[in-house]
Amino acid sequence: MSTTLPSAVDLTPGRPAALTDSGTLVWRGLARWRRDPGPLVASLGFTILIVLIFAYLFGGALQVPGGGSYREFLMPGMFVMTMVFGISLTTIAVAEDLERGITDRLRAMPVSPLAPLVARAVTDMLFAVVTLAVLLAAGLAVGWRAHGGAGATLGAVGLILLLRFALVWVGIFLGLVTRGQTAVVAVQTLEFPLGFLSNAFVAPATMPAWLSAVAAWNPLSATVGATRELFGNPGWGGDSWAAQHYPWLAVVWPIALVAVFLPLSVARYRRLAG
Amino acid sequence: MTASGAAIVAQGLRKRYRDRFALDGFDLRVDAGTVCGLLGPNGAGKTTSVRILSTLLRLDGGRAEVAGFDVTRQPDQVRYRIGLVGQHPALDEALSGRQNLVLFGRLFHLGRRRARQRAGELLERFGLDDVGERPVRTYSGGMRRRLDLASGMILAPAVLFLDEPTTGLDPRGRNEVWVSIRELIRAGTTVLLTTQHLDEADQLADRISVVEAGRVIAEGTPDALKARLGGDRIELVVTDAADLATAVAQVRRVVDDEPTVDADRRAVSVGVGHRAGALVEVLRALDTAQVAVADVALRRPTLDDVFLHLTGHRAIQEVTA
Repeated sequence: MSTTLPSAVDLTPGRPAALTDSGTLVWRGLARWRRDPGPLVASLGFTILIVLIFAYLFGGALQVPGGGSYREFLMPGMFVMTMVFGISLTTIAVAEDLERGITDRLRAMPVSPLAPLVARAVTDMLFAVVTLAVLLAAGLAVGWRAHGGAGATLGAVGLILLLRFALVWVGIFLGLVTRGQTAVVAVQTLEFPLGFLSNAFVAPATMPAWLSAVAAWNPLSATVGATRELFGNPGWGGDSWAAQHYPWLAVVWPIALVAVFLPLSVARYRRLAG
Repeated sequence: MTASGAAIVAQGLRKRYRDRFALDGFDLRVDAGTVCGLLGPNGAGKTTSVRILSTLLRLDGGRAEVAGFDVTRQPDQVRYRIGLVGQHPALDEALSGRQNLVLFGRLFHLGRRRARQRAGELLERFGLDDVGERPVRTYSGGMRRRLDLASGMILAPAVLFLDEPTTGLDPRGRNEVWVSIRELIRAGTTVLLTTQHLDEADQLADRISVVEAGRVIAEGTPDALKARLGGDRIELVVTDAADLATAVAQVRRVVDDEPTVDADRRAVSVGVGHRAGALVEVLRALDTAQVAVADVALRRPTLDDVFLHLTGHRAIQEVTA
């Protein structure tokens, strides 16, 4: 084969490996953050702002069941809501790579087809860890405390990140199937009903019966309910079967979501070849 | 490489989108070290064929070999040997030019050190070393395209696909890109270039394949194709409508081609073989016959002319250069 554009560098490629490719693409994600930290800082700033608004603005107007501390009640809901708002970050990143032709470039290169998706998930999980750390600090600053001991606290943090991991795959799938800006706005809009139709801020018992059932079975409610128990923070209780089994559901729901959306995403990525 | 020396062979490619065939019996052969221009309007199947040959799309029928490997059965072998430059630069806007090249070098499995060396080499070769550290989002259109080209050249591929590489560029950016492409051509890269502009194919390609409705309908050197079109055209407008018949008669006398007449515009159009010579002769004949001419132009054939000539109908959605 004729070599074109002679090079002083040995251009014999090494062995392809899905793990190496994923690592390289995670490196890309981190390099982007270093180059352009603006969106991340804005996202973290928004998170802190919401905590402050709820803690100081709405806090006085809301009654906590059992007369507990409002801020202690609030924070598990905030943690989970923030994980939900991460969906659109993932969706935008995936849709942008598709739209800009970067996905096509990778597909025309000997890159493992799993690597772009795995790298997206890993990069977004790294950001989720940073976000959750900032949120925990903000919570501590406004008076929230975890009362359940180290093991329970770590368990709660793990459940929150597990939910985020599941939502990352939802976001990746939506990014692969949506086209254009309006679709991304639709995803962002859907985060609100998904977030608020739960036990995060409102007692399902106060909702109309059918809404109450939806809220009780919302995967978010499971994680919020379970983490309230593990953190030892006040909650709504509730006598639905779902509400009685939140710790289990907080594990089962995310695993079920991953089991559905990870294969769907991989299949969709492969179908980009028509 | 196949024994025959062809870098790209496509035989009877078919690709269907729902009920429409984007490619329908597409045949192409590009010899190693040559530049082939795929010329056609939007929707003719140019991009679809490039996407199939670069392993981005599955084909529904036929077979294709690129750099000696089958695109369906050995896609990764093909991918190590091709570069693809699409209609829009596929770059990470947030990263610097250098970081983009290092990223793609690592994804070609060069390893960190060699990827860095190669990035430096390519930045220099494409005249980007002074902006290598700046984020791509600050680049001009021409700079982006050159970086995009450089990203396609990381492994010095045997075959380079350029899908409308100058779309959306101003004349200066287009020139910058043409200069870079010429350099790659000189280095021996086999290039498949799609374009809607005859002049771009004319500038860069050894051979041109005209694509319509998913198949190649004509093929040859730029000169041969233009000769089939009857070469350049003289278009003239007479001042007085009464002179139109005289003008046509005079044009017929000095030019072989049959002129077409647009009575509303008082215009006569005719294909000519020898550009300037024919123009002088026509004007002299009209002058002798005392026909006053309001406007006269010597026009090179356009893509529209190619289509009019080859298919008998106009190119749909013609985009002017």
